[in-house]
Amino acid sequence: MRALLYRDLILAIRAGGGFGLGLAFFLIVTVLVPFGVGPQSTLLREIAPGILWIGALLACLLSLDRILALDWEDGSLDLLATAPLPLEAVVAIKALAHWITTALPLVLVAPVLGVLLNLPATGYLWVVISLAVGTPALSVIGTFGAALTAGLKRGGLLMSLLVLPLYVPTLIFGAEVARRGADGLTVQSPLMLLAGISFGVMALLPFASAAVLRINLR
Amino acid sequence: MTLSARDLTVTRGGMAILEGVSFDLSEGEALVLRGPNGIGKTTLLRSVAGLQPVEAGEVTGAEDQVAYAGHSDGVKAMLSVTENLTFWASVFGVANIAPALAAFDLVDLKSRLAGTLSAGQKRRLGLARLMVTNRPIWVLDEPTVSLDAASVALFDEAVRRHLGSGGSALMATHIDLGLSEARVLDLGPYKASPSARQMDEAFL
Repeated sequence: MRALLYRDLILAIRAGGGFGLGLAFFLIVTVLVPFGVGPQSTLLREIAPGILWIGALLACLLSLDRILALDWEDGSLDLLATAPLPLEAVVAIKALAHWITTALPLVLVAPVLGVLLNLPATGYLWVVISLAVGTPALSVIGTFGAALTAGLKRGGLLMSLLVLPLYVPTLIFGAEVARRGADGLTVQSPLMLLAGISFGVMALLPFASAAVLRINLR
Repeated sequence: MTLSARDLTVTRGGMAILEGVSFDLSEGEALVLRGPNGIGKTTLLRSVAGLQPVEAGEVTGAEDQVAYAGHSDGVKAMLSVTENLTFWASVFGVANIAPALAAFDLVDLKSRLAGTLSAGQKRRLGLARLMVTNRPIWVLDEPTVSLDAASVALFDEAVRRHLGSGGSALMATHIDLGLSEARVLDLGPYKASPSARQMDEAFL
């Protein structure tokens, strides 16, 4: 399992692996929003948590089709399915690798980009915490979407349509935590719900992903 | 460990293509599947490897014993030859990749990125992977595609050594390998007869 994680991380970081794609997209979105919305700092301050969350979510979505499609194309997925590793572990590791290479950099860079959006000082901590708690759900749900569309040529559009509705609860509670945190309100209940979603999908979706992948491999 | 298949019916795209296939493969034996394109050699091999369920019949002795090599090699272009092999070796819990590198003449290429290899060299890397799986039954789909004569000889040698150490091999191939001891199973007689029921199911 460690070997698979290590291999996926190396593949993501080496040229052509797609590392940095999500990060660059996130950067572009948050840099462009102030230009589009205009220079009213009160308006920016209000929308900053939401924009950071939407940017992170779309950046995650952008790299989902790389999770399984590359392994499908070169036949590695067939070989992994016949390896002693259970397919449930394979998809869980792939989701973890996606989170480390795509979502974790977003979490770390979000406070820096918050400056551009005039995020209130109280908000930085909660933006980071909400992203750290919520993005694992994005990676796991995204891996499920990738498993559903594995083997489809140009399945990216279908995958986005399948995955976006599943992302909505995470976005609602994640942005709610960030917004309440920025306004200095109590964040306990949305944070609990966000953590609940993350842990729930981490526990259940690898089984669903492995099941659909077995069907897709036939 | 004996692999045995009893009355297998295998399907592709919902249509049965082979019916009543039975064979036994015991230690030290090789079985070569023959038949024209589309007869179902790949489908049969994937069924034996457990990648797809069989419609009827059963395969015994294959659970966690099979090393499968399909049309694609599963080689990562951005990893070196050594990294590719080391990855599969650690997935299968094997420590030493040197014999596999030597058997397929990959020692001189071992630090090259797999993406820069030729098709035949990639194939050799794909076949070398079998040797780091430590599994007794090799299930090979067209293993000699894009190999030159010298590499086919290396492959024959590797298979013979595998058979000699108590392994077995099930392969689909069109060309004559140097393996005189291999039995041949012609799949032609097992071709499924199309029935109306199957047609209905295929389009449901």
